[in-house]
Amino acid sequence: MSASISAPAIEVRDLHRVYDAKPAPVVALRGIDLEVRPGEFFGLLGPNGAGKTTLIKILTTLLLPSSGTARVFGFDVVNETTQIRRIMNMVAGGEQSGYGILTVREQLWMFSQFYGLTRGDGWRRVDELIDAVGLGEQRVQRVSTLSTGERQKMNMVRGLLNDPWIFFLDEPTLGLDVSAARGIRELILDWKGAVDGRTVLLTTHYMAEADELCERIAIVDHGRILAIGTPAELKRRVQAESIFRLEVDRLDHGPGSLARLPGVLSAAAASAGELDAERQTVAVNLVLEDDAALSGVVGALSGLGSQILALRKSEPTLEDVFVELVGRGFDAQEGSNAPEAGGPDDAVQGEPAVEAHSG
Amino acid sequence: MSAFVRREGGSPLESATWTSRQVFMTNLRTVGGRAYPRVTGMFREKSWVFFEILLPFLATSAFVFVYRAVEAPREYIGFVVIGGAMTAFWLNVIWMMAQQLWWEKSQGNLELYFAAPMSITAVLFGMAFGGFVMSSGRAVAVLVVATALYGVEFAIDQWLLLGGVFLLTMSALYGLGMVLASLFLMWGREAWHLTQLMIEPVYFVSGLNFPVARLGLLGAVAISTLPLAVGLDAMRQLAFAGAPYPEGTPAPEVEVLILIAMTVVLLAIARWSLAKLERMARRDGKLSIRWQ
Repeated sequence: MSASISAPAIEVRDLHRVYDAKPAPVVALRGIDLEVRPGEFFGLLGPNGAGKTTLIKILTTLLLPSSGTARVFGFDVVNETTQIRRIMNMVAGGEQSGYGILTVREQLWMFSQFYGLTRGDGWRRVDELIDAVGLGEQRVQRVSTLSTGERQKMNMVRGLLNDPWIFFLDEPTLGLDVSAARGIRELILDWKGAVDGRTVLLTTHYMAEADELCERIAIVDHGRILAIGTPAELKRRVQAESIFRLEVDRLDHGPGSLARLPGVLSAAAASAGELDAERQTVAVNLVLEDDAALSGVVGALSGLGSQILALRKSEPTLEDVFVELVGRGFDAQEGSNAPEAGGPDDAVQGEPAVEAHSG
Repeated sequence: MSAFVRREGGSPLESATWTSRQVFMTNLRTVGGRAYPRVTGMFREKSWVFFEILLPFLATSAFVFVYRAVEAPREYIGFVVIGGAMTAFWLNVIWMMAQQLWWEKSQGNLELYFAAPMSITAVLFGMAFGGFVMSSGRAVAVLVVATALYGVEFAIDQWLLLGGVFLLTMSALYGLGMVLASLFLMWGREAWHLTQLMIEPVYFVSGLNFPVARLGLLGAVAISTLPLAVGLDAMRQLAFAGAPYPEGTPAPEVEVLILIAMTVVLLAIARWSLAKLERMARRDGKLSIRWQ
């Protein structure tokens, strides 16, 4: 066994994955290097076809790499699959797993048995988690009658049954409405925060979600990691300066009086807004070397007799970072590289027997 | 939140290290867990009463009337009633074992099975056990109703052997189901058509409605390859001791040996094919992953 207590939660070295496909093989991963620390909330952000799902499938032992190595808490994804499966779990967005004929409680209990919980512990654990995620009213409802949001909550409970050390979440809020998605995000944060050392790997193409949840993010496109860092670090890549929009009641000597201050790179008038019928406000766009220069500006304004009415920092988004790195936005796809979900082969081919649906 | 507090395993390394007993018990619990939806479904979906008792019963009745019309020996009515009862198991194997993994894949269950720490063989054992329990109820219903209605008189000398043959037949039959489950998944989306293609020919060569030895060489081949054919043949001989049975039919004791061999071989093939299936799934990404 190659795992050690100090092993990274995820360690990926020069990982490649090529799918046999016609007319030509599809390269899904092209030399991924990645390290995720135990206890970290790590995000893979990228458009459809970027290779996120392929990477998560390799890490969850469902897919072999074509070359390179990947380890989860020190266990090799090729040869130590059983150990990895004992300490991880996974949930994907739009997951329809299980059997519609069962109730929520029964379905979850069935899955608990796959992780070795005793019969009694299985029922107890299921009930605790059902209550924890607010599915109490649906406890004895058939799975086939759940709404999309309820179903995803149930899937999250399934993923938590074995109390995983590492939780892989593949677009977990895909297709959910705003409220349901928020519920899922809060649930993930609550679970992770309850115990030190729990690690989450989240793939998403929702930038706000990655920004809100992840301590570090890797931006992925065409099977490559383009950048890794905290959301703030990534944003600084595209905007090294601090940009503020300032509104004051008066600025007698104009914005130029601010531009001469130490640490101020530029100060330009922005559109002035009406404060009330008598007075007008003065708006200034300030570009500072860093946030520390702001105190000098505030002091100078005070000396000039100006009253600050509003001050807002202008932040770049992760989409700005992506555009800077890739040269296109998330919506401007070049055509999918590797399928992430719901490929054409999903087309219904003949119904299985009705009874088979009952499990 | 107390539900989110960790209970066991102080480190990932500790949590990943299981004893042999833990491994065994997890697989055993998996069998029970996977059998659960089938047993529960039996009570929840009442439509099976119509599809799996009434329809097979009608098919059985048709043969009963034919045998009566041609004045066949009375035991032949018993032969066809046993065949009718055993139909429930064959239908279960072909519909709910053979094409089940294919269906599990399309639902996204298969990748969850592969990603869990139990053996996929345990999942199939669970399907088989649940299916057996489910089909037993249906088989007993057909047997009891048809026996009462058509006045079948059994002549059983060797109860123990008959019970043993039945269990061996089930072992071999569900072993075949496990093999077919892997094969159908590997062959892909033709599972539905393959299933339909197999039903009637297997009915015929298994001799569900007549002693398979009547088929001559074809019957001999069936007895040596199809668990249902050999099991039915042995059960009929044991349930109607002294009945006029076609010459050349192997004795029940010989058929027991054939069934034992079939069980061992089929379970070994099932285990091998499941391991191969998982290797293929991980190598190609085409079997466990829904979009592939």
